[in-house]
Amino acid sequence: MEKWYLMTTVVLIGLTVRWTVSLNSYSGAGKPPMFGDYEAQRHWQEITFNLPIKQWYFNSSDNNLLYWGLDYPPLTAYHSLLCAHVAKFINPDWIALHTSHGYESPAHKLFMRTTVFIADLLIYIPAVVVYCYCLKDMSTKKKIANILCILLYPGLILIDYGHFQNIYNSVSLGFALWGVLGVSYDWDLLGSLAFCLAINYKQMELYHSLPFFCFLLGKCFKKGLTGKGFVLLIKLACTVVASFIFCWLPFFTESEQTLQVLRRLFPVDRGLFEDKVANIWCSLSVFLKIKDILPRHIQIIISFCFTFLSLLPACIKLILQPSPKAFRFTLVTCALSFFLFSFHVHEKSILLVSFPVCLVLSEIPFMSTWFLLVSTFSMLPLLLKDELLMPSVVTTMAFFIACATSFSIFEKTSEEELQLKSFSISVRRYLPYFTFLPRIIQHLFLISIIIMVLLTLMTVTLDPPQKLPDLFSVLVCFVSCLKFLFFFIYFNIIIMWDSKNRRNQKKIN
Amino acid sequence: MAAFGFALGGGNWFSALVLGVTLLKCLLIPTYHSTDFEVHRNWLAITHSLPISQWYYEATSEWTLDYPPFFAWFEYALSHVARYFDEEMLNVHNLNYASSKTLLFQRFSVIFTDALFVYAVHECCKCIDATKAGKEVTEKPKFILSVLLLWNFGLLIVDHIHFQYNGFLFGLMLLSIARLFQKRHMEGAFLFAALLHFKHIYLYVAPAYGIYLLRSYCFTANKPDGSIQWNSFNFVRFISLGLIVFLVSALSLGPFLALNQLSQVFSRLFPFKRGLCHAYWAPNFWALYNALDKVLTVIGLKLKLLDPNKIPKASMTSGLVQQFQHTVLPSVTPLATLICTLVAILPSIFCLWFKPQGSRGFLRCLILCALSSFMFGWHVHEKAILLAVLPMSLLSVGKAGDASIFLILTTTGHYSLFPLLFTAPELPIKILLMLLFTIYSISSLKTLFRKEKPLFNWMETFYLLGLGPLEVFCEFVFPFTSWKLKYSFIPLLLTSVYCAVGITYAWFKLYVSVLTDPPVSKTKKQ
Repeated sequence: MEKWYLMTTVVLIGLTVRWTVSLNSYSGAGKPPMFGDYEAQRHWQEITFNLPIKQWYFNSSDNNLLYWGLDYPPLTAYHSLLCAHVAKFINPDWIALHTSHGYESPAHKLFMRTTVFIADLLIYIPAVVVYCYCLKDMSTKKKIANILCILLYPGLILIDYGHFQNIYNSVSLGFALWGVLGVSYDWDLLGSLAFCLAINYKQMELYHSLPFFCFLLGKCFKKGLTGKGFVLLIKLACTVVASFIFCWLPFFTESEQTLQVLRRLFPVDRGLFEDKVANIWCSLSVFLKIKDILPRHIQIIISFCFTFLSLLPACIKLILQPSPKAFRFTLVTCALSFFLFSFHVHEKSILLVSFPVCLVLSEIPFMSTWFLLVSTFSMLPLLLKDELLMPSVVTTMAFFIACATSFSIFEKTSEEELQLKSFSISVRRYLPYFTFLPRIIQHLFLISIIIMVLLTLMTVTLDPPQKLPDLFSVLVCFVSCLKFLFFFIYFNIIIMWDSKNRRNQKKIN
Repeated sequence: MAAFGFALGGGNWFSALVLGVTLLKCLLIPTYHSTDFEVHRNWLAITHSLPISQWYYEATSEWTLDYPPFFAWFEYALSHVARYFDEEMLNVHNLNYASSKTLLFQRFSVIFTDALFVYAVHECCKCIDATKAGKEVTEKPKFILSVLLLWNFGLLIVDHIHFQYNGFLFGLMLLSIARLFQKRHMEGAFLFAALLHFKHIYLYVAPAYGIYLLRSYCFTANKPDGSIQWNSFNFVRFISLGLIVFLVSALSLGPFLALNQLSQVFSRLFPFKRGLCHAYWAPNFWALYNALDKVLTVIGLKLKLLDPNKIPKASMTSGLVQQFQHTVLPSVTPLATLICTLVAILPSIFCLWFKPQGSRGFLRCLILCALSSFMFGWHVHEKAILLAVLPMSLLSVGKAGDASIFLILTTTGHYSLFPLLFTAPELPIKILLMLLFTIYSISSLKTLFRKEKPLFNWMETFYLLGLGPLEVFCEFVFPFTSWKLKYSFIPLLLTSVYCAVGITYAWFKLYVSVLTDPPVSKTKKQ
C-alpha cells in the first residue's frame, strides 16, 4: 500500500477531532437529580459490578430501575462490567453502590471519554478503514478521502464524544459495519456473527436487520434452495442462534430472566416518540395530537403497519435481486422507514440511518453529504441542550469542507451521478419535458442549506415567544422531517430503478 | 455558497488546508491554557486603561509588560474589540480573570491574527521552484510546504493550547523572508524592522538580515570569482535601508524617548536577573552542560572526591529551580553565553559575506543564527526552537540533505515542547497531533526525495524511534513508580537531555553542510 501514510494521517485527524470534541460538556453535567446519559453509563458500571448477574435487569432496593435502569441487551452490560473493573482499579469511589450516584469529577470524565475512545479505536475505525479499502473501482486517493469523510461525520462524533450517549454507538455501528463487510464479500457466516453482536449490543440495530435477512435469503435463493443455498441457509441459522445463545447464556437459566430482559429492551409502555423527533408522528402532532387521541395499542398497530408497508418494496426487491449495492441502499431505506414511522423513536436514532448513508457516500456524494448534514441538523435541539454549539458548528463545517473537496460534490449533480438516469428516462416516456430534475435538486439543496443556517441562527440568538417555548425545536424537527421524507422517496427510486439502469448500460455496451 | 463550493471543488487545496486547520484551532478552544493567557489579558488591561506613560511602569500583576512597544499597541488595538465581549477583562486589578467570553475573545484573537501567517505561507509557496513537481497535488513541494507550515505542530500547541501570539509574528517573519526571495528587499527590511519591535526575540536572527542586505543588496556586483567588488557599493540603497530601520524604530521607541522612559523600557525587555535555564531546561548546550555537572557530582560523591556538605541543596533535589548552581563545572555568566553565542554565529555570518549564495544562503544563515542562539543563549525558552523550525521548512522541500536535517530538528524540537502541556486531557491531543505532523512530514518528504539516497542513516533512525519509548516511560511508566515523589525531575531531565542531543546534532550537521557546500554560482554555470 503505497499511500499508507496518508491513510494514517487521515485516521489521526479523525482521532484528534474526536478527542477535542470530548473536552466539551456532556449530557446532564451538574444537573441533579437525574443527570443524563453520562450518569446512566456510570450507573450501569456500578450495577453490573456490585450486583450478581441475576439482578441486573430486576428492580430491587439496590437497583432502582426508574433511576437509569439497564435497558440494553447483555453485551452492553458486559461492556459496562469490563469498564467497571478498570474503574475499580483507578478509583473505587466511581462505582461504589448507592454512594456514587451523580459522581462527577474531571478525572472521571477523562476516564469515561477514554472508554469511548478506546472502543471506537478498536471497533469502528478499523471497520471504516477496511470497508473503504475494499471499495472497488476507485483510486487509492479517493478511498482515503472517503475514509476521511466517514470518520469526520459530525453526528456520530457529537453524540458519542460530546453528548455521551449511554450506549456507545461506535461499538454497535462498528459491529454492524463489520457485518456489512462480511456479507458483501461473501464471508456470510462471519458477517452474520458480527451483526448478531451488534444487535446484542444495542437492540436498535434491528433497524438494519431486515436488509441483512433479505440479502442473505436472496443469496440462498440465488444458489438454489435445494442445493448449496439450503446448506448456506442452515449454516446461517446455526450461526445466528449460536451467537444469540452465547450472548444470552446467563439469562437463559430461567424463563423469567429472559422475559424480564426482553421487557426492559422493548418498553412498549413508553410513548409514540420521545422529546422532539424529526419523524412523521412528531411532525403530525403539530397539527393533530395523535398521542392523546388514539389509545396506545392502536398507535403501535398503526406505526407497525406504516413501517412495514414503507420498507416492503425495497426488501422484496433485495430478495429477488441480491447485490451488495442494492443491499447498501436497502439498509438506508429500511433504517429511514423505521426512523420515520416506527414506535418510540429517539432523535439520536437518526445515526442508524446516517451510518448506511456514509457507506454510499462515494456512490452518490452529493445526496449523501446533503443527507448527513440534515441528519446532524435534526439533532440541533439536543446538542444545544448539552452546550455543544461550538463543536457542532465546527465539525459540521469540517465535514462539509472535507466532502466538498474530496468528491467535488457540486460538479456531480447530473442525472447520471445522482443515479436518477433510468428513472428520468422512464418518466420522460410520459412527460417528454422532464429534464429539469438535477436543477431542481440543486435548488432544493441551496434552499435547504439556507433554511438550516437561518434556523440555527434563530435558535441560538432569539428567545422563543412565551406561548410557544418549543417553537424552534419543533420547527427544526418539522423541517428535517420533510427533508427525510424527500430522501426516503429518493432512495426508494434509486432502488426500484436500479437494475433497469444496468440493463440499459448493457444494451449500450 | 456556490462560489465557496466551487472554490473548494475546483481543487483549491490551499483554502481547504487553511480552513481545515482553522477549524481544528476552533476545536482547541476549550483546552488548557497556561499563565500566558493571564499575561496577555493583563496587557490588554494595561494598554486599555492606563496612559502610555505608565505602560512600562505598571506592576499590579506579576506579569508586567515585557514586549516592545509595537506589541503593546497591538494589545491596545485588540482591547478595543475586547470591550464588546467582556468589559471586566480590561480591568488591571481583575487578576486571573477568565470568564468564558474572555476565553472566546482571546482564543479567537489568536485565530484571526493567524490570517497574516496564512498569507505569508501563501507568499512563501510562490518562492520555491516547482521544477520537481510530481503528478499528484499531494506530492508537489508547494503542497507539502504549506502543510508543514500551516499544520505545524509546535505552532498549534504553543499558540492555540498553551496560548501565545506567535502565529502572526512568524507570519511577519516568513513574509519578510518571502519578500527577500522575491527581490523586494526594502519591503523585507521594513517588515523585519517592524517585527523586531513586536517581539525582540527575533534579534537572534537580525545578524543574518543585516549582513545579507549589506552584502547582496547594497553591493550590486561581484567579481567573477564570487568575492566582493568594493566599488559597486550603492549609497542610495544603503541610506534608504538605514532610513527605514530608523523610522520604524523612531515610531516605536520615540514616544518613550520623549517621555524619558527608554531605560525603563529596556530594563523590562532584557531581564538578566533570570537564570541560565528556564524552569524546564530548553534542550540546548546548557542542558547537556548541566546534566554533565550532575553526573560528575554524583560520581564525585560516590568516589568521595566531593564533600556532601558543600554541595548546594537545590542542585541535587530538583531540576526545576530557576537558579541552577553548578558544583563541579564552572558556573556560567550571561557574558559567557553571549560570547559563546557570538562565536557560534560568526562562521555562518562569514559564510554569508564571503560566499554569498543568494536568498537561499541567507535563509541558511538565518536558521543557523536562530539555532546557535538557541543553543547557547541565556535563559532560552523551549518555544524558541520554532524560530529555527519554521524557516527550515522552506529549505526542507528543496534538497534531500536539508530535508533530513529538518526532520531531525523538527521531530526532536517538537517533542521537547511536550512538557509545556502537562495536563491529562491534553495528553492524547499532543500525542495525536505530534504523530500526525511527524508521520506526515517524514513520509511526504521521503516520497518527494524517493529517487535520492535514504533520508536517515541507521543511527538517526534509531535516535528518532527512541523518542517513542522515552514518551512511554516519562508519561505512562514513571508516574506509577516509587521514584515519582523523590525524583520528580527525572522525566523533564531525560526529555531535555535526549532532545538536546538531537538538536545539537542537527545544528552541527547543518553547519557542516553550509560550510562545505560549493558556491551556487559555480554549480549554476556548470
